Amino acid sequence: MVEEEGFRRYVAHIILWIGIAIVAFPVYIAIVASTQDNALIANGQMSLLPGGHFLQTYYQTIFVGTSGSTREPVGNMMLNSLVMALLIAVGKIAISIISAYAIVYFRFPFRMPIFWIIFITLMLPVEVRIYPTYKIVADLHMLDSYAGLSLPLIASATATLLFRQFFMTVPDELLEASRIDGAGPFRFFWDTLLPLSRTNMAALFVILFILGWNQYLWPLLITTRDDMQTIQIGIRKMITTTDALTEWPIVMATAVLAMLPPVFVVVVMQKLFVRGLVETEK
Amino acid sequence: MQKQAIFQSKLLPYALVAPQLAIVLIFFYWPALQAVIQSFLLQDAFGLSTSFVWFDNYLELLKDRAYFEAIVRTFFFSFAIAVSSLSFALLLAVMADKPLRGSMLYRTLLIWPYAVAPPVVGVLWIFMLHPSLGVLSRYLRALGIDWNPMLDGDQAAALIILAAAWKQISYNFLFFLAGLQSIPRSVLEAAAIDGARPMRRFWTVTFPLLSPTIFFLLVVNIVYAFFDTFGIIDTMTRGGPGTSTVTLVYKVYSDGLLGGNLGSSAAQSVILMIMVIVLTGIQFRFVERKVTY
Repeated sequence: MVEEEGFRRYVAHIILWIGIAIVAFPVYIAIVASTQDNALIANGQMSLLPGGHFLQTYYQTIFVGTSGSTREPVGNMMLNSLVMALLIAVGKIAISIISAYAIVYFRFPFRMPIFWIIFITLMLPVEVRIYPTYKIVADLHMLDSYAGLSLPLIASATATLLFRQFFMTVPDELLEASRIDGAGPFRFFWDTLLPLSRTNMAALFVILFILGWNQYLWPLLITTRDDMQTIQIGIRKMITTTDALTEWPIVMATAVLAMLPPVFVVVVMQKLFVRGLVETEK
Repeated sequence: MQKQAIFQSKLLPYALVAPQLAIVLIFFYWPALQAVIQSFLLQDAFGLSTSFVWFDNYLELLKDRAYFEAIVRTFFFSFAIAVSSLSFALLLAVMADKPLRGSMLYRTLLIWPYAVAPPVVGVLWIFMLHPSLGVLSRYLRALGIDWNPMLDGDQAAALIILAAAWKQISYNFLFFLAGLQSIPRSVLEAAAIDGARPMRRFWTVTFPLLSPTIFFLLVVNIVYAFFDTFGIIDTMTRGGPGTSTVTLVYKVYSDGLLGGNLGSSAAQSVILMIMVIVLTGIQFRFVERKVTY
């Protein structure tokens, strides 16, 4: 009854392809620009078809960097971004899963206040406490370090909430059974709860990895040394210099390289990504 | 909501919550408290003495024309970004919800921009619409538009809204699609039997059933426009020309960066904090549980 007749389906296909084209166009332009000659682009003569400088541009971008503004190989920036993203994702999952375990499986004084203290951090994003947090990190001598890049972002109310919710659905019989087997809190956590949480952890990891890789404001504040820059910061510095000197093919190659890991994760692990996205927003 | 089967231990639970608690107290609560205290203090020009000034910093802000403009601008940006991104995403989701061949492929091709970082979004769009070398600027000029977002504040604002809305399409699309798929087919079939044409079915059945999703996405989009546009603005316009693309978050950043007025920057942070609390409150009070995935 609600099945669509041929014409309407045809329209739907066309609208979807237009949508895909709009979504993809900026990235297509970036890829094309990264294979062309800078002089041509600077003159506003850029062609809409790929040029012949692909290997040369990407080689220079990854191993050398721009000749003018930052002079830092983008390969190194990507490594910094990767370390930061992994530390944030793994750190958030690790500390959240153990605090959720404590809150669900133990009774102790101040249990609920502690839960609320963690929960309320949802309302304190880094943007509202920029300079005081910067000052603390500076006082702890953590500027320009991986610890400074990741530690202040590692708390996670959403992840704690998610694991708490999940633990509540785990049947009590499992705990009783493993207790009969003589398992203590560590064994139960390691042998029973952790394997059950695997899918949740994976879905969360996908979202948190993207979140970590895409951090901008925080690394912008606390990195001053060129060799500690993440790729998101590096790309901004490349277009800082006066317009005429911007090496656009390298900037665009950097943009493509900055998109590559997170987009790859979304496309390849689509199921986990969708699950993670929907669950962290609940 | 409590577990019946639990472990008995006095110290272990504290050890388990300790890492998270330490980070939260050191990097979240302490700085937030500092911001609140700082917002009641005034430092002299040399930073030698500070005095307690009650609400002077806040009153200064309320009298400050630039701050008032930033508030209005932030709300306008949020509204424009949310409306444009939501309506386009809804159109795509309605199309993708139909039983089409290759619908999984469509989904894949539409959701990946979620993963593009805001500063990269800024770089992509400023390159396409750069006044002297942008590939799209040529066409705008051919249409007789004097395109120069580096000089024209309204054009710069339009550019930010466009780029920010573009990034958010994929997120909205995904949630709209999930919302549409949870609408029971039988309801739509009943409407069809009653003789409702597809357009009418959409406005009288689908759209009302989708309203929890729309409301949820509206809140998420506003939060996004408030906070996540920072990277886009910083790579595209740096708040310029003049102050025509300075949002509240950007203002906290740039006012503090110049190092001038710490008290004012802190007061701005506190006002932002209150806004976040209100937005999060709305989200949890009205959205939780009502949205069906």
